[in-house]
Amino acid sequence: MAEKGIYTKREDGRAFTDVRPMTAKVGIVPSADGSASFSTGKTKAIAVVRGPRTLHPQHMQNAKTGILRVSYGMMPFSCGDRIRPGPNRRSEEIGKVTEWALSSVVDLSGFPNTVVDVFVQIPQADAGTRVAGINAAALALAHAGIPMKEMVSAIGVGKIDKTLVVDLDKYEDSEFHDAEGSTDIPIVLTSRTKEIALLQLDGKISVDEFRAVIELGKVACDDILKVQMEALKNVGVNDE
Amino acid sequence: MVKEKRQIVIPGESIISGNEFLPGDGAYRDGNDVVANRYGIANIFEKHVRVVPVSGAYYPKRGNTIIGTIVDITFNGWLIDFGGAQNAFLPVAEVPRYVNKNEMAEFLNFGESVIVKVWDVKSRGVDVSMKMRGYGKIDGGMILAVGSNQVPRIIGREGSMVKMIKNATGCDVTVGQNGKVWISGKDVDMEIAAKKIVEFIGCNVLVAGLTEKVEKMIGEMSLESGAHAGVPSDEGKVEIVSENIDEVSEE
Repeated sequence: MAEKGIYTKREDGRAFTDVRPMTAKVGIVPSADGSASFSTGKTKAIAVVRGPRTLHPQHMQNAKTGILRVSYGMMPFSCGDRIRPGPNRRSEEIGKVTEWALSSVVDLSGFPNTVVDVFVQIPQADAGTRVAGINAAALALAHAGIPMKEMVSAIGVGKIDKTLVVDLDKYEDSEFHDAEGSTDIPIVLTSRTKEIALLQLDGKISVDEFRAVIELGKVACDDILKVQMEALKNVGVNDE
Repeated sequence: MVKEKRQIVIPGESIISGNEFLPGDGAYRDGNDVVANRYGIANIFEKHVRVVPVSGAYYPKRGNTIIGTIVDITFNGWLIDFGGAQNAFLPVAEVPRYVNKNEMAEFLNFGESVIVKVWDVKSRGVDVSMKMRGYGKIDGGMILAVGSNQVPRIIGREGSMVKMIKNATGCDVTVGQNGKVWISGKDVDMEIAAKKIVEFIGCNVLVAGLTEKVEKMIGEMSLESGAHAGVPSDEGKVEIVSENIDEVSEE
């Protein structure tokens, strides 16, 4: 970093480019067509996929392709305070951006007039829930056998004071008050073509720093992809 | 060059490189590579590359036997819900007897269950038939829903597991590849015993040595394999053998 800011060391001792310890597992919900959990640090996401199945109401059906429908929700005590259950502005938005990010890799043209439902739930939140949700959803979609051109991996990169930081936790994201409000940039990267499927920006950042953020995100996404791959490859199927 | 290889692949992963390979089901070409577009086991047979799914929803394939329920009656056939993405269509011409088009509900009414064979799979739906032996309307017994991914284990190698359940309980057991199992026996106790065994297999698909465990279970249920050997379990009636489902492990 060109300038040295006041944020010189992370609370949990990670390097600024380190992702929190990750775990991923598929097949956690037997009744679903596909399911997965993904966690980074204390943030935990569960994704369940159901479908493809006939879409109702009928006027929403698309005769050319199946559609993807994502719902995202945080559980009532997932971040300490009670969150009123049910959809709200924030969860609707995150559901929608998750849907857009995943739509760029999922191919449902083989299932016209159908819907694939993805339900993302956050039982425990410590910042970065939308990226954890997207990682879990991508795993669950793959586990459901949905045709996908490639996988996606997601990471949040931010800026605290003058330091670029990968995978912010809640303290860094919203409780570090010594510096000006932190910047948070969720990035979703596809696994094969390395294209960006989602890019959001909350806060402000210079163009040069933004370029650096994307590079940091790409490196972190490679690590995440490894964890996702391992989860899918190590599932004990076909042990015959 | 003949090459055979088996590996679990994830979407977007290169399976093999080379222009001579042809992408089949679940694979696509990207430049020089053949890439998986589905999670499953990559199967390279000679130059044909495909990905066989190991989890997820049931996708019908030609030749599959499925068990479903009549959900609609149209002017020339029935619509069958079998738990797939779309309903299956059973035309009047594909039932084994003459049906008056004005009285189609007489033959198959709403809510009735049928065993049918998948005849054709298109992106807009599935055509099925019940003209062959072993297919038709389900009368009596019980239908269990297990996952379609459990089906190969329930059937067992060349139908060994199903045969074991049939012999032990004297029930007729028909496994639909869509994950529905129809059990029909002379008395309800035996049907329930068969149901328990099927559910046990469904919960333990990943356990090694499942056959022995099932044998043990049958023993504990004091049914004793072959106790009903005197009662021939109507062999010709329904015999679904794992032709299409075991292709991964068999080749």
